[in-house]
Amino acid sequence: MSAPVLEVEDLRVRLRTPRGTAHVVNGLDYTVGPGETVAVVGESGSGKSVSVLALMGLLPSGSATVTGRALLQGEDLLAMSPDRLRRVRGPGMGMVFQDPMTSLNPVLTVGRQLVEGIRAHQRVSKQAARARAVELLAEVGLPDPARAVDRYPHELSGGMRQRVMIAIALSNSPALLVADEATTALDVTVQAQIIDLVERLQSEHGTGVIWITHDLGVVAGIADRVLVMYGGRCVEDGTVDDVLDRPRHPYTRGLLGALPDLAEPLADGSRRDLATIPGVPPPPTDLPPGCVFWPRCPVRGDARCETEQPPLTVVGSGSAALPHRAATWCGEDSR
Amino acid sequence: MTQLPTPGAVPAEPPPAELPPTRTARPRWRETLGLLARNPTAAVSALVLIAIVLVAVFDETLAPDGPNEQDQSRALQAPSWGHPFGTDELSRDILSRVLLGAATSLRVGFLSVAFALVVGTLIGLLAGYYGRWVDDVLMRVMDMLFAFPAVLLAIAIVAVRGAGPTNAILAIGIVYVPIFARVTRASVLGVREEVYVRASRSVGASDLRLITRHVLPNAAPPIIVQTSISLAFAVLAEAALSFLGLGPQRPNPSWGLMLADSRGFIDQAWWYSVFPGLAIVLTVLCFNLLGDGLRDVLDPRQRTLMAGGGR
Repeated sequence: MSAPVLEVEDLRVRLRTPRGTAHVVNGLDYTVGPGETVAVVGESGSGKSVSVLALMGLLPSGSATVTGRALLQGEDLLAMSPDRLRRVRGPGMGMVFQDPMTSLNPVLTVGRQLVEGIRAHQRVSKQAARARAVELLAEVGLPDPARAVDRYPHELSGGMRQRVMIAIALSNSPALLVADEATTALDVTVQAQIIDLVERLQSEHGTGVIWITHDLGVVAGIADRVLVMYGGRCVEDGTVDDVLDRPRHPYTRGLLGALPDLAEPLADGSRRDLATIPGVPPPPTDLPPGCVFWPRCPVRGDARCETEQPPLTVVGSGSAALPHRAATWCGEDSR
Repeated sequence: MTQLPTPGAVPAEPPPAELPPTRTARPRWRETLGLLARNPTAAVSALVLIAIVLVAVFDETLAPDGPNEQDQSRALQAPSWGHPFGTDELSRDILSRVLLGAATSLRVGFLSVAFALVVGTLIGLLAGYYGRWVDDVLMRVMDMLFAFPAVLLAIAIVAVRGAGPTNAILAIGIVYVPIFARVTRASVLGVREEVYVRASRSVGASDLRLITRHVLPNAAPPIIVQTSISLAFAVLAEAALSFLGLGPQRPNPSWGLMLADSRGFIDQAWWYSVFPGLAIVLTVLCFNLLGDGLRDVLDPRQRTLMAGGGR
């Protein structure tokens, strides 16, 4: 495998809150290769969004403390000067946000916002940037791009706006694209279109993608590798097949069990009830000392779970390059 | 293993047309003017204000007499066809002096509010955008300024720098700086957290660009409303300073000065105080009503916030 686009080592984020220090991200390690899609899954509050905002340097500098290393093409994002970081945002990495209704400035036309991104990094005339903006809109499949550049965001539908956001994020051909719940606010058919679009652009440009979602259907559709987050920690990671078909961590199993059952109804015509994981994630200001999932864990397969943190260790199959790792002591058969 | 529903594998259903926009953007200039025209109170106020501005611009042509023309045979005459607003104790035509006074009042009003708008908005932008110690330092200075009663502060400034229209402008302007700073800061604090600001930062926009292109335009509606309301208060403050003899000096025509001079004749010549007073009331009322209309058009949600904004 060629040199990774992004290497994250021991990423930790603490936020100062009125209720004490919140340990939102607690030691993440992962890599993203060129053309590879890594899905980060987990429920609300598991630290997925914060972990990528930390990489982009978009957390409020006053209350957030970020430690660890995050090498984007060999250069540490967390040690960069603000000016260098500004130059890297765009050509180094782009980001697509969850809600396309709020991620475009309502008072500027789509074209102006695209031109802004282009001219922040490329020394081109306004006319050339505008022509490039039209090209980009065509590339993301916006109908009638020559007229769409002069539209205001409120004149476009949600799916079209998300295409515009992708065009903006890709306007400087970033090595890494971060999609933070990019399809969550869209309806299912538009979701599929957006996913197809990102996959096509990714294969054309060799972009590495971090796809944050809580939709396991999306993960199965797009990801090469999956990282399951809970309580700010990675509880399991590996290839899509390993994690989704042979989950090891009780939390991953719970997540997969909580999918609606679309299989044939049972003999009496009824369907299996939707399984849920009882309880709520621990508050990041007050994490349990042992396994973060212990308070909700239906298995509790090892006495150490309550007091000690299970380390992330290689489990089962998986190659040396693409290991399947899980932070659990529970055995394979302890379902 | 449960079957994973991939998004592509949705049961065949006619693909719904992409959803229409659910949230409309803040109205832009032309829409704003259109909405304003449909608000009768605001529209009439705007027209009256335009008329007052035209009077102030063309005062010398419109005024039947010069500001200080005297004819001792006609001192303190009641309104008549020759002098519709009557004459004062020095036999000057009050209509002419009210018309000529419009320029003084509006010049002081506009320039002082322009000063407060520029300085206050800049301070509010910096405080709201950068936060932390920048916010603390700037807003504590504003609080100190805000703690003084407005007229007292204006008197103090005039006392130090001397009376006259320029110092009146400066005094009124400084008094209104904290109001603009606060309104701007409050608005910026909201806009700063918008996703589009973060999104724009994520493609590498600089602070300057974020402030001028993304934060300021979206934070502008309450500032525009505040400008209109402040103009009303500035005209009133100019009249008050003139009344106290701290603004324009005699014999220049000024509404506040005319009111001050008419006090001695209030039982003999009602028209002497009524007409300059009406001019002040009309101007102040129109700026206020226009401000209310602008608020309804630009940002109905800000209504409660703005209620305590002026003074």
